[in-house]
Amino acid sequence: MLRLVISRLVSLIVTLVAVSLAIFLILEVLPGDPAAIMLGTAAREDTLAALRHELGLDQPALVRYLAWVGGLLHGDLGQSITYKMPVSTLVGERMAVTLPLSLLAILISTALALPLGVAAAARRDGPVDRAVLVFSQLGVAVPNFWIGLLFILFFATWLGWFPAGGFPGWSAGIWPAFRALLLPAVALALPQAAVLTRVTRSATLEVIGADFVRTARAKGVDRGATLRRHVVPNALIPVTTILGLQLSFFFGGAILVENVFNLPGLGRLAYQALNQRDLVVIKDIVLIFSGLVIVINFLVDIGYAILDPRLRSRA
Amino acid sequence: MSKRILAAALILSASFVPAFAAKTSLVIGMPIEPPGLDPTIAAPVAIREVTWANLYEGLMRIDRDGKVQPLLAKSWDIAPDGLTYTFHLQTGVKFHDGSAFDSADVKFAFDRARAPTSTNAQKQIFAPIDSIETPDPATVVIKLKETSGNFLYYLGWGDAVIVAPETAENNKASPVGTGPFKFKSWTRGDRVELVRNPDYWQKDKTKLETVTFRFINDPQAQVAALKAGDVDAFPNLGAPELFSELKKDSRFTAVAGNTEGEIVAGMNNAKKPFDDVRVRRALMHAVDRKALVEGAYSGYGQPIGSFFSPNHPAFVDMTGVIPYDTEKAKALLKEAGYGNGLSITIKAPQMAYASRSAELLAAMFAEVGVDMKIIPTEFPAKWIEEVFKNKDYDVTIVAHTEPLDIDIFARDNYYFNYKNDKFKALIAEAGKTTDEKARFAKYAEAQKILAEDVPALFLFQLPKLGVWNAKLKGLWENSPVPANDVTEVSWTD
Repeated sequence: MLRLVISRLVSLIVTLVAVSLAIFLILEVLPGDPAAIMLGTAAREDTLAALRHELGLDQPALVRYLAWVGGLLHGDLGQSITYKMPVSTLVGERMAVTLPLSLLAILISTALALPLGVAAAARRDGPVDRAVLVFSQLGVAVPNFWIGLLFILFFATWLGWFPAGGFPGWSAGIWPAFRALLLPAVALALPQAAVLTRVTRSATLEVIGADFVRTARAKGVDRGATLRRHVVPNALIPVTTILGLQLSFFFGGAILVENVFNLPGLGRLAYQALNQRDLVVIKDIVLIFSGLVIVINFLVDIGYAILDPRLRSRA
Repeated sequence: MSKRILAAALILSASFVPAFAAKTSLVIGMPIEPPGLDPTIAAPVAIREVTWANLYEGLMRIDRDGKVQPLLAKSWDIAPDGLTYTFHLQTGVKFHDGSAFDSADVKFAFDRARAPTSTNAQKQIFAPIDSIETPDPATVVIKLKETSGNFLYYLGWGDAVIVAPETAENNKASPVGTGPFKFKSWTRGDRVELVRNPDYWQKDKTKLETVTFRFINDPQAQVAALKAGDVDAFPNLGAPELFSELKKDSRFTAVAGNTEGEIVAGMNNAKKPFDDVRVRRALMHAVDRKALVEGAYSGYGQPIGSFFSPNHPAFVDMTGVIPYDTEKAKALLKEAGYGNGLSITIKAPQMAYASRSAELLAAMFAEVGVDMKIIPTEFPAKWIEEVFKNKDYDVTIVAHTEPLDIDIFARDNYYFNYKNDKFKALIAEAGKTTDEKARFAKYAEAQKILAEDVPALFLFQLPKLGVWNAKLKGLWENSPVPANDVTEVSWTD
């Protein structure tokens, strides 16, 4: 087990370094000079030069890369070009939206998908199974930003139960903040729940058909107990894989939903930063997103090993 | 017992009284979040739309009709030679941090703006300044190198507001001005909150206690926020196609006013075939501006024939100079040697008004035998790089939103590549002319030259589609300068 963890950790660090270099190089060839964008059509030679100097853009690429990585190692993410404040503060503020949003979405998604998937598999081709299939078909087909728009139309403009978007901040109180996050979280969760339901259903079906389950049933263990003790634990392995993939999706996929609901999260920050060519912020956020995916994959690998003892020796 | 209940009821009802009084909070929606809150170090209009007149004040201000009014300067004398301005300042004015405002702050603010390291977007405002003297705390004497006819007008802009030396450096994140509202908080990505300044020098000027600016980019979301009551006003709604629906809704006041944004299809005047004025005129003749406004902005923009805002008192309607006339267009193209047709490209940004206009222009040009290919060009990053900086384009389209920016056609190396020495001299003269009548006459002449020379296709004035709660009054209908001036806003009831 320890060997597995260490080998996975090494590849994690190597990947992170490679990613940081790739991000920097890609942003170097991205068209658009941040200083020119900030000054827009009012740009004049002298103000442009002054701004480029202020932003450190007149330095060579290597100097800027080393400054960035050096800063990162000290925990300094640099200054946002457009907001003119530390990126770490900015990211911290945005995490306070994206993290709860993603966690809420994961919670909703799994709370819906696991029982539905197992229930559908338990009575294959029954009415529950058919209903679940229809629901998941719909959920897979409909994109989450569109669900978001429908929610806004129905729950915010017609019924007035929820705000149409925006985020009052956690300082406004738990309930107002939670209220602002609920619709986007559901919109984010539904398509993922649909996918997860299908995976859970088919994984469960596969295990139900396995010999050891037949043996258990033959020994007289009742249906419910078989499901709980034998089927579900084994079906969880493929489900974990998908859940791991989805975790990273929730962070990245939040971009669309955050934009539809005007939530000041990390995804929206990334979108704005890209538009404004706030290179410092883009670099940091892409690295954070990549880092999250890499770390989640690492955790999924470890999770496997815990769920399936056979994998531990194979590392 | 019943007495106690009665007393309790009285106390309860008393505590409810404020709820029935007129509302004193305002939530304003804006499409774009400002990058920082200091209008003196960056260009974006959104900065002025939050801060100007609300947080910061200048010596002068521009009112809702585009006229120059005194503000921190209560009066001024201009020497007969037009080179020395003596400003007499308001006394008893305090910055939000409690420090007093005086002539030293004016000197500091203007010296900072015109310094070589300054990133003030409108440095030309301060270019004529030779020296600034402060004989006493309530007097500022500004000596100019050359006369400047628009000097007082420019001092009313957001780029020329007065900031204090102790706080200027932090203004981008925690602004300190002398205005009727103080900065309270900024939830980045979502909102900026202001509160009433209890020590404001113009006592009882404002009725609002709090003003919140919320940033909602998506036009559908803007309308949803209005309808859900999350936002009280959207002074610049991004959805012209939804505007008429809101107009019919009795809960809202919907007004189509004017902005300072002229939408023009700039042409690369240094490049064939646009170096031939006949081609440029032919293309202008081919444009049915009314149909364009209908198609690109649901009919809400005002057609223009030159580069000047209808908000400015010197505006002259030039739409008749080169009217819609496809026969004339064809004849001119033939004369220029393009009788068998012409192929050109347009770099069109993704903004709805721009991409729709580009499509309509392509269809209109096809009528006169000009084949125009549309190249989508992301704004601002790609557009600034390719069109604005490298001038690598045939035709492009964008709104120019600075007030009184006719001088861009007189600038060397501006992206139109337009060169007209007579026009350049005229604009320079207009800038120096202090007599208003004579200055306006020069601007009229300049408008005429542009209308005839067509360095860019003059399409329409971007409208200000304002929508707000019907109980609100005092918001600006037009925007002679980029602003959401809420000093005169109040709720009826």
